Order: sequence, then structure tokens, then C-alpha cells
Amino acid sequence: MIQIVRDNWLLFLVGQYPNGPLGGLVATFLLAMMGLALAFPCALSVAICRTSQKTWLRAGSFTLTQVIRGTPFLMVVFWSYFALPALVGHAISGFSTLVGALVVYESAYLSDVIRAGIQALPKGQMEAGTALGLSRIRCLRLIILPQALYNTLPGILSQFVSLIKETSLGYIIAINEFTFAAIQVNNTLLVKPVQVFSILALTYFTICFILTQAARMLERRIERQRNRGPSTQTMTAMVAEGAV
Amino acid sequence: LGISFDFATVLTGPNLILLLHGIAVTFELAVWAWVLAFSSALVLMLVRNSGNRFAERAVIFYVELHQNIPLLVQVLFWYFAIPELLPGVLRDWLNDHDSEFILAVAALSFCFAAYMSEALRTGFRSVPRGQFEAGHVLGFGYLATMRHIVIPQALRVAAPPLVNYSLLLFKNTSIAMAIGVHELTYQSRQIESDTFRTFDIYAVTTIIYIAISFVFAGLGAVIETRYAIRQR
Repeated sequence: MIQIVRDNWLLFLVGQYPNGPLGGLVATFLLAMMGLALAFPCALSVAICRTSQKTWLRAGSFTLTQVIRGTPFLMVVFWSYFALPALVGHAISGFSTLVGALVVYESAYLSDVIRAGIQALPKGQMEAGTALGLSRIRCLRLIILPQALYNTLPGILSQFVSLIKETSLGYIIAINEFTFAAIQVNNTLLVKPVQVFSILALTYFTICFILTQAARMLERRIERQRNRGPSTQTMTAMVAEGAV
Repeated sequence: LGISFDFATVLTGPNLILLLHGIAVTFELAVWAWVLAFSSALVLMLVRNSGNRFAERAVIFYVELHQNIPLLVQVLFWYFAIPELLPGVLRDWLNDHDSEFILAVAALSFCFAAYMSEALRTGFRSVPRGQFEAGHVLGFGYLATMRHIVIPQALRVAAPPLVNYSLLLFKNTSIAMAIGVHELTYQSRQIESDTFRTFDIYAVTTIIYIAISFVFAGLGAVIETRYAIRQR
């Protein structure tokens, strides 16, 4: 097993780069980070719509999240593969295809994490804001979101773990990322599937386990801070939602 | 986009048969995997609460292992690596009996057993010990205490995540296409490459998945009202 890592570590890490597209573990991380960065604003807007006072906004955003939650991530990937080039008007890279799929899928799951954070705040926060003469939007921006987003940090981190796990599906549409690299190694070695797939699985495990533990630690810390205050609600489900 | 709707092509003749076959395989995968996952989850949960430190650690490790590795990688591991580790007789038997399907069911059920056991554990942990003791004092046996006192309360907490994981299991049967199981997603790709009616067949497949997931959502709502704490 060590021999396989020693011979192929560069392929596992960056794929064929610099002689080909960037791949491997670095690509996996890049995909997950870009997915999270672009999904966050979308998720935030959906979460705000879901806590809005306007019924049609609430109903619309709820339906949207339910529809995405009902679709397998793999179908979202295929949709993105088919529809994104048509929408943009020209061919796009596999990398962008997967990022697009991650953004759509994670917007739904992440918006639920953020919504839970908003709704876990005491009602009095919003009421105090309006009593001080702030508009609803300023109230959200100055009072609600800073607290809610801070409290949902662990939830966002565990959602990042699901993003890392979801990037593995890029292999199915032949995107150079970590799983794809491992399959390439397996195809050249042919006779060592147990070792190659153990390396693949254990690497994912190490990365995701460390991040999950970090999210748990963060949650305990925020919990302790909040318990000093008047609010004692708990809200983050620590097993990331929608994880595959 | 230049899309012309023509669902007739993908919903008639051999394409319809492919599609229906795909739906059937998806259901078979989901039902087998669910039953195996749920029963293993019960066992895992009992071992986790057995009081044997070593066994408890082993279950924690099992759960973390399956929650922190992508399901696709688990499926690929089962497909490429596990048969190598099996004795030849068993491998031959697998190859004679639709090995892709069996290995996909194995991967799905081992993975979701981990998630479901956590849901069950949180449920049972939410029932105070005094409830067991009160049951015994009132003359209930172990099973009767479980059935009438503990399980209804535990289910109130465990049901929402269990429904959620069941839905995830159902959706993730689509990953089995990676190892060539002819389930719904695989068949829709097949129909797509036969007819080039990408939009139509993806729309049909997606609507099927969403419709079934709405059944799960409804089920979740029913369970939640059924077991909700009734205010007097």
C-alpha cells in the first residue's frame, strides 16, 4: 500500500497537472470550496425568503427546496451537464459543470441550516429591532444575521464535509478529482484494487473525520457561550444533511 | 434553448419498458437496502448500549467510518475490492447471481445502518431511565415496557431523522448506476443515448424521483402529528 502511495502520490494529489487538467485531492478541495462559496449567497437568499412574512415568498422558496431535496444529486449533475452549456451559450468545462450542480444542490440543504439558525433566535430580537425603528431588512442585516450565521458555523462546516463527499460523483462524468485519480491508478495497476480503494477510502475518511470533529468542537463551544445568555435552544443537527 | 417537448418518444415502446424496468430495480434496491439497514441499525444500537466498552468503541468506529467516506467510494470499494477478499466459491456465486445488484445493496445497507443507528440511539437516549423503572414497578415485563412505554416516546425523537435517512437512501440508489446496476438513473441515461431526447427523459426521471420523495415527506408529516406531544 505504501509502495502505491509512493509511486502515485502526485497523481493522487494534483492529477495530471501541470501536463493536463488539475485533478486529484487538490481539485476535490477546490470544487468543494468553490461550491460552498457560490452556494452560500444563494442559500442565504433562500433562507431569508423562507423566514419572510410574505406568503408567496415562503411558499415559493419552500417548494424550491423540497424539489431539490427530492432529486438525487446524480440527477442534478446530469441536469447541469445538459442544461448549463445551453444556458450559458457555449461549452463549459467539467469542473464548472460540477460546481454548478453543487451550488444548486447545496443551496437547498445549506438554506435549511441557515433557516434553522435564524429561527432559533428568540423572537424578541426582531421585535426589539423594529421597536428601535429599524426596517426589516436593516434588522436582518444588523441584528439577526450576525447572530444566526455565527451560530450556524458548525452546520456550515459539516455541510462543507458533505460537499467534499459529493464531489466524488464527478468521477461519473469523468471530472479529474480524487476518486477519478484513484480509478486511474487502479486501472494501471489492475491487480491491487483492495489497496488502491483502501487508500482512497482512508484518505476521504481522515479529511472528513477531522472536519466533522472540528465542527463538533465548534458547536460545543458556541453552545457554552450561548448557555451563558438567556437562550438555550439547540438547533444544528451535526450529521450533515444530504450527505452521500 | 431550442427545446421541443416530445414526451411521447421516451414514454412509449421499448423506452417505456426500459423506464419501468428501471423503476422496478430502484425499488428493489431501496427495499432490500432499507430492510437490511434498519435491522442492522437496531443491532448496532443495542451493541452501542450493551455496556461492553470494546463493543461500544467498535460501533462508534463503524458509524464514523461510514459517515465520513463518500457513498460512491463505498460502492466502488464493495464492487472492486470486496470480491477480491472473498473466498473463490463465494466470488463465483456472486458472479452467477447479479453481483452488481447484490454489492450495491450491501454498500447501501452497510452505509445507512450507520446513519440509522445514530437516529435510533438519539431516540432511545431521549427516554429517561425512570421510564423503564416505572414500567417495571407497574408490573410490565421488558418487552411490554418497550412496546407501551419506551418505543412510543423514542420514536417521537427518532422518526424525523429516520424518515430523512430513508429518503436519502432512496435517492442514493441512483449511485448504483456507477457499477452498472440497471436502475432508474442508469436507464434514463440509456434512453437518452438512444433517443437524444435529453430534456424529456431527464424531466420524466426527475419527476418520478420527486414524486416519490414527496410521499416520504408526507409520511414524515403523518408520523410527526401521530406522535406529537398532545397538549391538553
